[in-house]
Amino acid sequence: MSSTDSGRSGPSRRSFLKASLATAGAVAASSLSAPPAVRAASSKELATLLDIRKCIGCEACVDACREVNEAKFPELKAPMPTMYPTSRVKTADWSSPNKRAVQNRLTPYNWLYIQSAEGTYNGKEYSLTMPRRCMHCQNPPCANLCPWGSAFKQENGIVRIDPEMCLGGSKCKSVCPWNIPERQSGVGLYMDILPQYAGNGVMYKCDRCYNRIAQGELPACVEICPEKVQKIGPRDEILKEAHAIAKEINGFIYGEKENGGTNTIYVSPVPFEELNKVIDKGPGRPHLKPVQDSMAQANNLVPALAIAPLAGILGALGRFYKWGRKADKEAKS
Amino acid sequence: MTRTLKWLYIAALAVMAFSGFGQMPIFKRYYLSDIPGFGWAANFYTNLEVHYLAAIVLLAVVFFLVLNWLLGRRGRTRLTGMGLLRGAVLALVLVTGLFMLLKNLSSVSFSQNLVIVMNLAHLGSVMLFLFLALGCLIGRCRWLRPVDQGLQAD
Repeated sequence: MSSTDSGRSGPSRRSFLKASLATAGAVAASSLSAPPAVRAASSKELATLLDIRKCIGCEACVDACREVNEAKFPELKAPMPTMYPTSRVKTADWSSPNKRAVQNRLTPYNWLYIQSAEGTYNGKEYSLTMPRRCMHCQNPPCANLCPWGSAFKQENGIVRIDPEMCLGGSKCKSVCPWNIPERQSGVGLYMDILPQYAGNGVMYKCDRCYNRIAQGELPACVEICPEKVQKIGPRDEILKEAHAIAKEINGFIYGEKENGGTNTIYVSPVPFEELNKVIDKGPGRPHLKPVQDSMAQANNLVPALAIAPLAGILGALGRFYKWGRKADKEAKS
Repeated sequence: MTRTLKWLYIAALAVMAFSGFGQMPIFKRYYLSDIPGFGWAANFYTNLEVHYLAAIVLLAVVFFLVLNWLLGRRGRTRLTGMGLLRGAVLALVLVTGLFMLLKNLSSVSFSQNLVIVMNLAHLGSVMLFLFLALGCLIGRCRWLRPVDQGLQAD
């Protein structure tokens, strides 16, 4: 198990990773990258399976994620604006070299980190680590409730935030059950509109290497893992495999039903309620609690919304019928 | 329009406009949710549910009024120019709102471009409707006019 100190990876490790990814890329080019099921299922929802028994916490996935997504990271081009009201608007700036190097939580420059859990379960001590990032919900509230359409879900189940459109209001983070997206202030579209009075930067999170998947490659974290902790494939197949592993080890699943279903499925030998008690939680460090479907309460009102016009129509017809009968009676008398 | 229906219509529209603007993260930033009794406005989920509840009332009232007019009073009254314009804009608000509602269902998803267009169309049509409503309040223009006064100004 590893510690997850900030800025842990040194230049030599990065060079090693570059070389590893280059090799992996070469292998990918020789068509051994994404399994055929992944490539064929580009329009089907893809899910990832994370068998956390295998994770050794080496952070190779974290480094690979940073490496391949570096071009997508925010770069400040102008001084940070003063945003009003200053007492209410929080500036989130992760752009300094020290903060950019943080790897022990989610940040705009770190879309994946390793969460550690140590404790006792069934009288046995355990020490587990697991990659944490966006869960890629099947009905993502971040995408549903983004007022501009900046957050959206692709056909293949990837949930993304468009950095060209995002205004950094952080609504996606507020409505996310795990508060995953992280803000970088001072960048993005709002800087060209009214930076002092509306918007506050751009929200960043894992995009599950959508561009690599589009080219038939695997997400960097999946590809680089020396222990093959992660796997990607059509959701039904991934779930089948997750249940098979859970049955075999008498284990537990997280992500299948959380928030109405996600495309990130964790399998663990220890119940997630237990893990949730011992993991570090807080800003940039998501929990492992059970999560109800966030959109369910609003969507439960949809039948009433469908009936409302009918109620109006029936009311008007009833009134017309009553008026007609009254007119008939008057004509007869 | 009876007095009750009129107030239901105005109340539903007012609540929808408020909860609709609350979909943008501005109420907390600009202290609106700090007003006593408006704390709920900072919760995006509550805002959405309030928006849906007001939509239920608005849809029932609008469908009742439109059909009531078509069946009973159409021969005696006619839509004014401003009434027609407001009706068309309100229809656009409702249609784009229906799209947003479908988008939020778990079994439905649309392309990002379509969602962006619909978001902007919903917001734009609401803004236009509110400006027209304000203009009509100041100018005292009506939705309908009697047919026998058809040659009079709106």
